[in-house]
Amino acid sequence: MKAKIATFAVMLAFWVVLSGMFDAFHLTLGVVCCLLLAHFSHDLLFYGEDKRGWGRNLVGFIAYLPWLFYQIIIANLQVAYVVLHPRMLELIDPHVIRFKTKLKRPISKVTFAQSITLTPGTITVSIHDDEFSVYALTRSASDSLPGEMEARVARALEPDL
Amino acid sequence: MTILSILTMILVLAGLFFFLAGTVGILRLPDFYSRLHAAGKCDSLAAVLMIAGLAIYNLDPFSFGSLLVSAKLMLIAGFVFVTSPTATHAITEAALVLGVKPWQRKGRKRP
Repeated sequence: MKAKIATFAVMLAFWVVLSGMFDAFHLTLGVVCCLLLAHFSHDLLFYGEDKRGWGRNLVGFIAYLPWLFYQIIIANLQVAYVVLHPRMLELIDPHVIRFKTKLKRPISKVTFAQSITLTPGTITVSIHDDEFSVYALTRSASDSLPGEMEARVARALEPDL
Repeated sequence: MTILSILTMILVLAGLFFFLAGTVGILRLPDFYSRLHAAGKCDSLAAVLMIAGLAIYNLDPFSFGSLLVSAKLMLIAGFVFVTSPTATHAITEAALVLGVKPWQRKGRKRP
């Protein structure tokens, strides 16, 4: 039931932003559509059981975002430096690294994998259970993994840490 | 020249720089996988920077309508941020499954 209400709220906010019409007709249409959506697909957006509650998840995730943006900008500058360097082929060293993660919940694994892929120089190739395969462009890009990023994702989304 | 337009210029120029770096990377890097680094990443940051710049520029004669349009632009930026790494990851795994050989540094003479 909570999942349905939350889905309804998110969908209605999305509808209002996209439509931009505030007369009774359009709002009623939106409410009807969002009710149908919340009824039939409430298990898609808020998936599975959750001990911590979405409020704390959301707060932890928002607190994690600024650090992620900072990392993305730093890593982008590094990749731009490598790419624009005259002797680029001596700087790059593509390789795959594998490591085990401590993260347990699917949502935190996905967040971690997306964060790795978003920071340039590293791409998550696959996740099998708790083993990540990461394709890195340079040695220095893969040195920092899993490291601080995993710790921060764990702090943001894992229940027991 | 308001503060908003200066901020817009900084954001759009930074976005252009990262797009340029991404394009140069696609042309210069040696193989499929390393090109994905340049294509998928520099682009995600560059696109978000440019869209943020446009959203701020759009706010200038401030009204409710322009706020709504800026909110839509930021929604686009958010979706690019979520979908771009997903697509990069899917393409990389597909290439690995199909057996595209990665460029290796060892066992190759230096150019």
